[in-house]
Amino acid sequence: MTGRGRNISVSEASRPVLPRHARLKFDETRQVWVILAPERVLAPDEIAVEVLQLCDGVRSVEAMIDQLAAKYAADRGAISADVIAMLQDLADKGFLTEAREKTS
Amino acid sequence: MSPTLTDAHVAASDPADGLAVLESRGSVAETFGIPLAVLAELTHRCPLQCPYCSNPVELDRGGSELTTEEWKKVLSELAEIGVLQIHFSGGEPTARKDLVELVRHASDVGLYSNLITSAVLVTREKLAALAEAGLCHVQISFQGNEPVVADRVAGFKGAHAKKIEVAKWTRELDLPLTVNAVMHRQNLFQLPDIIQMAVDLDADRLEVANVQYYGWALKNRAALMPTLAQIEETSRIVEDAQLRLKGVLAIDYVVPDYYALRPKKCMGGWGRQFFNISPAGKILPCHAAESITGLEFLSVRSNHSIAWIWRNSEAFNRYRGTGWMKEPCKSCEFREIDFGGCRCQAFALTGDAGNTDPACTLSPMHERIFKLAEQEAAGEHNRFLYRNFAGGTLETGEDHGA
Repeated sequence: MTGRGRNISVSEASRPVLPRHARLKFDETRQVWVILAPERVLAPDEIAVEVLQLCDGVRSVEAMIDQLAAKYAADRGAISADVIAMLQDLADKGFLTEAREKTS
Repeated sequence: MSPTLTDAHVAASDPADGLAVLESRGSVAETFGIPLAVLAELTHRCPLQCPYCSNPVELDRGGSELTTEEWKKVLSELAEIGVLQIHFSGGEPTARKDLVELVRHASDVGLYSNLITSAVLVTREKLAALAEAGLCHVQISFQGNEPVVADRVAGFKGAHAKKIEVAKWTRELDLPLTVNAVMHRQNLFQLPDIIQMAVDLDADRLEVANVQYYGWALKNRAALMPTLAQIEETSRIVEDAQLRLKGVLAIDYVVPDYYALRPKKCMGGWGRQFFNISPAGKILPCHAAESITGLEFLSVRSNHSIAWIWRNSEAFNRYRGTGWMKEPCKSCEFREIDFGGCRCQAFALTGDAGNTDPACTLSPMHERIFKLAEQEAAGEHNRFLYRNFAGGTLETGEDHGA
């Protein structure tokens, strides 16, 4: 099977990225951010959008948490738990995958 | 801790209902927001002859199809008015020689593109070109999990093997794949194997869609209608697989409304959140709407914009909302939940699209019609009337899989 990282378990070492079938886009008509996926259009809230924009497949979850904790001058432990829970939720719903080496 | 992060979930608790999410946030369109997704039926031409084809019985001929330039103009206009996703469908959309060009144009104007295909005309080169043009997702229909049943249902020898091959190329090209399995009495016994097939093909999603009975499928109802026992077994199998395959394969299940107590909220309600464009350019509230006689559907070739047709045309407004309803819908507490069910089914089964969909137990026609369906399901009529431009061809004893 291909190592496409479905069913991933998000940790601080993960480098999550939106799978090809999910596109994060700003909808100019409705003035909201949307995730476009097969047969689905989701409207992530502001914080989810901010975190998703950091999910480029290069940056680790650890780095994201550091960045957010610094930005919001918040407790790193709490941010970490929240971010990982949110990313895990997105991954379980199929809107996040893990970066992997290209096979072709 | 930051309270804003506590609430940092995707706004939809049910990812299957993203439309409602945006609706609740208020869309920009005045009365009925422009749909998020539109189905483009590029052609009615198709090498398969599935007896439940969702195309109208009166198929558009190749000569009446919109040209490449017309489709490109349509795609630009859709993106401009706020449509986000385009589903290229048919007939068989890959029968159009300009498909790569259309997908590229959809990408250029920012549309998320999905290809809904039977796959039998697709070469690896064509699929690679589509991926390169920005295609986001591929959906392949399957008629079974092995060639004997599948090729017979499709009326096309070798169809199943070809579909498997194209599904593998799809994943090799790193395109996401949805397997669409259309289910009925003569293939429901294969459902567990079809689910396994989808897993083996590394599909992201599986749509288990029971046949909806209008158009070609209504002509074939006696050969397709499942039994109640089959439906109960199907629900059990799907629910079990959804749990077992969580995170591996997402399974969407379309319940057959003949055995339900309430009708389906067809198309999310007439003219509420969906339209499709026929090969000849007509803007339709659903792909079967042309089966309703007496409604005039305007075309992109008319001198009206697509947004104008959506908002103002008589055909879209006829069954919009609840104002058109008669009893028992008019005073029903579910009228804004199911919007009276499916207009096409109401028309096909009662002769009046303004009647309550007989799938509803409150319809005075329900008992008579669904007793008949139950009898058909228990019957021995298994021969198909194949869909084609000749008005249909009855299956003969010899042409199983031909």
